[in-house]
Amino acid sequence: MSRLSSGGLIDRATPLAFTFDGRSYKGFAGDTLASALLANDVRLVGRSFKYHRPRGVFSAGSEEPNALVELRTGARREPNTRATMAELYEGLEATSQNRWPSLAFDLLSANQWFSSVLGAGFYYKTFMWPAALWEKLYEPAIRRAAGLGRAAEQADPDSYEKAFAFCDVLVIGGGPSGLLAALTAGRAGARVILADEDTILGGRLNSARTAIDDAAPGAFLARARAELSALPNVRVMPRTTIFGVYDGGTYGALERVGDHLSVPAPFQPRQRYWKIVAKRAVLCAGAFDRPIVFGGNDRPGVMSAQALRTYAVRYAVTPGRNAVVFANNDHAWSAAFDAADAGVKVSAIVDVRETPPPALLAGATARNIRVIAGGEVIATSGKCLSSITVRTRGGTETLQAEVLGISGGATPNLALTSYFGGRPKYDAALAAFVPDQTPPGLSVAGAAAGQFSLAQCFATGAAQGVAAARDAGFAATPAPLPETGDTPTSLSAFWHVQGSKGLAFVDFQNDVSAKDIAIAHKEGFRAVELLKRYTTLGMATDQGKSSNMAGLAIMAELTGQGIGETGTTLFRPPFTPVALGALAGHHREKDFRPTRPTPTHDWARKQGAVFVETGLWLRAQYFPKPGETDWLETVTREVKAVRSSVGLIDVSTFGKIDLQGSDVGVFLDRVYINTFSTLAVGKARYGVMLREDGLVMDDGTTARLADDHYVMTTTTANAAKVYQHLEFCLQVLWPDLDVQLASISEQWAQIAIAGPKSREVLAQVVDAPLDVSNTGLPFMGAVEGRVMGGVKARIFRLSFSGELGYEIAVPARHGEALTRALMAAGAPFGITPYGTEALGVMRIEKGHVSGNELTGQTSARDLGLGKMASTKKDYIGRVMAGRPAFADRDRATFIGFKPVDRAQRLRAGAHFLPLGAVPVMENDEGYMSSVAYSPTLDHWIGLGFLKGGRARIGQKVRAYDPVRGGDIEVEVCDPGFVDPEGERLRV
Amino acid sequence: MRRFSLPSLLSEALNAHQGWQRQWRDPAPKASYDAIIIGGGGHGLGAAYYLAKEHGLTNIAVLEKGWIGGGNAGRNTTIIRSNYLYDESAALYEHAVKLWEGLSQELNYNVMFSQRGVLMLAHNVHDVQSFKRHVYSNRLNGIDNEWMTPQEAKAFCPPLNISPDIRYPVMGAALQRRGGTARHDAVVWGYARAADALGVDILQNCEVTGINRGPDGAVTGVETTRGPIKAKKIGVSAAGHTSVVMGMAGVRMPLESFPLQALVSEPVKPCFPCVLMSNAVHAYISQSDKGELVIGAGTDQYVSYSQQGGLHITTHTLDAICELFPQFTRMRMLRSWGGIVDVTPDRSPIIGKTPVEGLYVNCGWGTGGFKATPGSANVFAHTIARDEPHPINAPFTLDRFRTGRLIDEAAAAAVAH
Repeated sequence: MSRLSSGGLIDRATPLAFTFDGRSYKGFAGDTLASALLANDVRLVGRSFKYHRPRGVFSAGSEEPNALVELRTGARREPNTRATMAELYEGLEATSQNRWPSLAFDLLSANQWFSSVLGAGFYYKTFMWPAALWEKLYEPAIRRAAGLGRAAEQADPDSYEKAFAFCDVLVIGGGPSGLLAALTAGRAGARVILADEDTILGGRLNSARTAIDDAAPGAFLARARAELSALPNVRVMPRTTIFGVYDGGTYGALERVGDHLSVPAPFQPRQRYWKIVAKRAVLCAGAFDRPIVFGGNDRPGVMSAQALRTYAVRYAVTPGRNAVVFANNDHAWSAAFDAADAGVKVSAIVDVRETPPPALLAGATARNIRVIAGGEVIATSGKCLSSITVRTRGGTETLQAEVLGISGGATPNLALTSYFGGRPKYDAALAAFVPDQTPPGLSVAGAAAGQFSLAQCFATGAAQGVAAARDAGFAATPAPLPETGDTPTSLSAFWHVQGSKGLAFVDFQNDVSAKDIAIAHKEGFRAVELLKRYTTLGMATDQGKSSNMAGLAIMAELTGQGIGETGTTLFRPPFTPVALGALAGHHREKDFRPTRPTPTHDWARKQGAVFVETGLWLRAQYFPKPGETDWLETVTREVKAVRSSVGLIDVSTFGKIDLQGSDVGVFLDRVYINTFSTLAVGKARYGVMLREDGLVMDDGTTARLADDHYVMTTTTANAAKVYQHLEFCLQVLWPDLDVQLASISEQWAQIAIAGPKSREVLAQVVDAPLDVSNTGLPFMGAVEGRVMGGVKARIFRLSFSGELGYEIAVPARHGEALTRALMAAGAPFGITPYGTEALGVMRIEKGHVSGNELTGQTSARDLGLGKMASTKKDYIGRVMAGRPAFADRDRATFIGFKPVDRAQRLRAGAHFLPLGAVPVMENDEGYMSSVAYSPTLDHWIGLGFLKGGRARIGQKVRAYDPVRGGDIEVEVCDPGFVDPEGERLRV
Repeated sequence: MRRFSLPSLLSEALNAHQGWQRQWRDPAPKASYDAIIIGGGGHGLGAAYYLAKEHGLTNIAVLEKGWIGGGNAGRNTTIIRSNYLYDESAALYEHAVKLWEGLSQELNYNVMFSQRGVLMLAHNVHDVQSFKRHVYSNRLNGIDNEWMTPQEAKAFCPPLNISPDIRYPVMGAALQRRGGTARHDAVVWGYARAADALGVDILQNCEVTGINRGPDGAVTGVETTRGPIKAKKIGVSAAGHTSVVMGMAGVRMPLESFPLQALVSEPVKPCFPCVLMSNAVHAYISQSDKGELVIGAGTDQYVSYSQQGGLHITTHTLDAICELFPQFTRMRMLRSWGGIVDVTPDRSPIIGKTPVEGLYVNCGWGTGGFKATPGSANVFAHTIARDEPHPINAPFTLDRFRTGRLIDEAAAAAVAH
C-alpha cells in the first residue's frame, strides 16, 4: 500500500471495495479510481491508441490522456472513462481497455516495434495494393486495432434529464478565483450559479498546503463554502461541467447526478444536462500542468508535477517510492515541496534552468531534496518507471525513481473563450496562450487568464466578480482579499529535450511523438490545423489539453516561426466529453417527441380504432369491427357507409388559423393564388398557396365569418409551416397590413360528417334558429351558431369525400361530446365512424390532391389547379411560377389511372413507361403518387403524374415496379373517378 | 512526385524519415495564370487536378484563404452515395461514385474509400412510398438501391433498434451497398499532392478580396491578400461563402447560407458497420476507421455565416440517435462543430458558366457536397477548360432558376433544409 499514514481529504472511516481487471482492492470515500489504484500500487492502468504502449496515471483531473478504463459492466459499460474523474464507490468495477489478451501482456504492443514505419500519415501512403484488399483486409484490421474501449451492447437502464436555469452571474470553476468571484457577486445580491466539475469546491486549494490568512487552506475553504451555502441567491453546483457557450449567454452544462453511486438514486437520473442562461459569466477554470517532451516520457510512473502534489496532499497517496521532479518553473517546486511535506519521498528536483530562484533552493535544502540545475531527463527505464537518466553539463547520471513529476509550465484553460471563434494570444513571459477576445458577457479570472499565483487568482476573481455583478445591475463592492504569500511563478520556456532516447511523446493517447511532428513538417503539414489532422495531435479524448502546447511549440521550432504566429488549433465544444444520453434527456421511446391525441382520441380508442402516426398526431386510421379480417375489408365498409348513408371523422388535426383585421382580404389575396377579398361573408373557398419559388406549399379552405374575420385551414402536415410563413409575410414583408394571426389548431375540435344523410344528422344537434337546410347553408357556406344546447360552433359545408358534408368546429373540450351527439343522432342511419384510410380512398376516388401530390416539387399547373390562379392580382410565387419550364408540354402533370385488367392491383411509387419500352430512365414518363382500392368502382384506381397529362386520357402505359415485380398496363383517365360533376355535393 | 508505396515507406523508416518531401510546394504567387480556382477544398483542388491531368492546363493556381481543406471539405460527415431521385442528379453523383472507386490508386493516396453501404430508414407511410419511388428511379438509372424490411435492415446493421414500441418505429429501409465513406482530409491532400505534381500552384493564406473585370465585362484577375493575380478564367469553388465571392464579380447568387453541425463521439472498438441515415427522425451516423461515431445534425433555421449552430439542433439529432441506438447513450460526444452550407432553391448544385465571361462557379451543394467531390471537380474542370459544360453538368446551370428547369432534390437531401 502506498497510502500515507495521515492527511488527505479521504474519509478513512469509510473504506470502499472495488475491482480492476477482476482483482479486488480497497480505497476510501473521497478517492478517485486513479488515486485508489495508485494507493494500491497499481501503476499500469491503460494502453495507448496506436502502439498499445503501457500507460499509467498522468494527471489528477479532466485532462487525463492515459488512465482510461471501461467503468461498470454490461448495459452500463462506459468505455474511455477517465480514472482521474471517476469517484470511487462501493463495488466499483473497472476494466482496462484496448489490450489483448491482457493489460500486462498486449500482443498489439508489437506495433511499437514498427513505430518507425507507422509514423505520421503512414496509412495514407500504403494499403492501396491490391485495391480490393482495402475493404477486405486492411481496413478491418485497422478498425480492430483502433478504438479504445468497447461500447455497451444493451440498452442503458439509466435515465437522463434536461433542465434549465437562469442567473445573473455564472461562475465557471470553484477554485480560488471562482470562490472569490462567486462570493463577491453573491454578497451584492446577484443570483449566482457556481459550477465546478469537481466533487468539492476549492480547486487547487484542495491539493495545496499554501497558507491563507496564516492558516491551512482548509480553514479558508470551510469559511467560503459556508458563506456560499448560506447565501440564498447563490446556487452551488458541484460535479457540474460547463461544456460549451452558445448564443445569447447560454451555457451548456452537465451535472453528474449519480455517477458516484453504483446505480443512480431512486427517481434520480444518472446525469442532468442543463441549459444555463446567464447575464454575465466569469470563467475561472484554472490551468493545466503541461508535460515536457522527452524519450520515455510516457512510462507509467511519469505524471504531471501538480498531479503528484494532488495525489500526495488531497488523496494521501505516494504514487511511487521515490519521486523526482523535472521542470522548468517555480510552481513545480512548490508541488514537490507540498508532496514532500505530505510524506512523499522526493529525492531530487531536475530543473532545466541553470539558476533557480534562491528561495526555492533553500526550500529544497530544508527538505533534503537534491537539486540538479541545468539538467534534463533524457531517458527512463523499467516496465513501470524504476529509474531515469539525467543529463547535465557534467555528464549523464542515472537516478532511482518510481515516480517522475514533470512540468513544462501552466497552460490556461481557456477553451470556452474561443468557442465563438476568439483566438487566444501568446504571452511569451508566461510561455502560454492567454484569452484575447471572449464571447459576449464572458470574462476570465485567475489562472485561466494567465494569473497563476494564488494572490493573483484571489484578486482577479474578486475584481471580475464585482464587474460581472455590476454589469448585471447590482451595486457590488470589492471585499478584502485573503492574505497569501504565494507569489508569481517564473519559468523558462522549455518544450522538448533534444537528443533524448526512445520515443518522445507529445500526444500520449494518440502516440504522436516529436518525430511525427518532424515528418509533418517535412511533408508540408505546417499550419497547426493541418498538423493536427495529419498526425492526430490533439484529437484524442482529451482534445489536446495535455498535448497541444508542446506540439505547436515543436512545430514553431521547426519552422522558425514564433509560437504566437504558429497559433493554436480551434477549440471545439464540449470541454469534456458529454454522454449522448444526457443530451437526449428524456426524449426517448414514446417520449421521443410529444404525442398529440385528437379531442376524440379516447372515444375512438373505445370504438376499437387503429391509430396511425401523422407527424406528432395520432389519428384514427380505421375502425375494425368484430369479424373483419383485414384492414381493406374495414375500409371498404367505411367508404360504402359514407357513400350510401353517413359517416363521421375527426379532422381536428388540420391546421386552423384565425385571421382578423381590416386587411385580411388583401393579405389572403397575396398569399393565395386565388382571390379571397371578394369572398362573401358566410362563405368558404378552397385556396392554394405557393412558395416564393412558385411551387405549391399548401392547400385548404378559408372561410369568411365577418368582414374582418377569416378562418383558414391548412393540411395537417403543413400547419406549423404555413403559420410560420404567414407570420414571416406579416412581420417582414407587409408589416403595414392590419392583420392579426392566431393559431387555433389546439383550441377547436373539428368533426366532419359526410354522406347523403349527413344533413339530417346535423339538423338534430344544432340549436335553433340555426338553419342548415340546402338554402340556409348551401355548398361552401360557413356559419357561426350554437349546437347541443348552447355550445358555440362554426359549421362549414365542405367536402373532401365528394359527398354532401359538413365540418363542425366546437371548442376542443366539447369535441368528444359533439361526436357522441352526432353518433346518437346518426344511429338511425347507421352512422359509421371512419378513419384516415377511408378518407384517403374517397379523396382518391374524387381526384383530390393530398400530401402525396403536394410534395413541394409540384406547381399548381402540375396538379391541375392552374386555372385557379388569378391573373388580376399579384401573389407570392406568381413570377416564379411563370417561368417557361413550368409550362413545358411534356412536364409530368396530375392524372388518374386504372388497371387495364381491372382485377390487377396498383402500387404507389411505380414509374410509367411507354408500352413495350425498355425500362431505362430515358423512357421514364412519370410515377404513381397515390393508389386505392375503390369500393365504389370495385377495382384499383390511382393518381399520378404523367408527361403530357390530360392530353393522354384513354392511352395505355406501363406501370413499372421492379422491387415488387409489378409490371402492368394501366389506362390513363380523368382523376375524378366518382361524381366528376360534383352533383352530390350540392344536394 | 515521389510515389507512395510500401517499399518507399520501409526505406524511409530505415532512413529516419529524412527523405520525405513536401506533399505540395508552397510557391510564391505568380503575376498571372491561365486559370485560377478560388477555394482549396476537395472540389477546387480536384478541379485543378483534372484541369492539369485531362485538359493540359498546368499554369494554374488554387487560391485558399486559410489552409487547404479547412472549409466544408474538413467539416462534413464523409458520406458517399448516389441514390438520387432525378436522372440529372443520379448521373452526376454516380459519376462521382465511379471516380471514388479508383481514386486512391489514381492519386497514389489512400483516401480510405469504404463501400460499407448506406442505409436510409423509413419511419412512416409517406417515407415508405417516397423511398420506393427512389428505388425504382435508381433502378431505371442503373444505380443500385434496394428496399429492405425492418428485419433485413437490422440484419445489415445489427445495432439498429427496430422495436415497434418506439415512437416512430422503423418501417423499412433503402440500402445502397455501393455507398459508404472516405477520409475527407485525405481527399483534399491527395488532390493537392497530385495537382502540385502536375505543376499546379497551391496558394494558402491567399484570400481573394476582389475580382477584376475588363471593359468588355470579362474577368481579368483577382485581388488577393498576397497581391493581384491575373487570369482570364476563374473558377469559384468556395462553398459556404460563394455568395460573397461571386458578389465581388457583381453576380448575385440564388443561394441561402446556413450553419450545419456535426459531431463525433469518443473512439470505441468497431460497433457500427455501415452508414445509416434517417430523414424522418433526423439523424445520420457512421463509425470512422479511428473508431469515432460520426454523427450529422441539421441546419439552423436561420441564415448565418457563423460557424457555430444552436445547441438544440445537436441535441435534437442525439434524441434520434439514442432512440435508434439505445445502447449508445453512455457513449460521449467528444467534439462538435459547424460549417456553412450554401443552399439552392431546388437543393441541387450549380456547376457551370455565369453571366460573366471567364467566370465559372461550382456551388450550392447544401448539406451533401462531399460525396460529389471527384465527379463535380471533374466536370467543373471540363467546363472551365472547354468553356462549355460537360453533358453531366449541363442541366446544373445557374440559368435554370430563370427558366424553371429545376432539379428538385429536396426529398433526397439528407437533411430537410
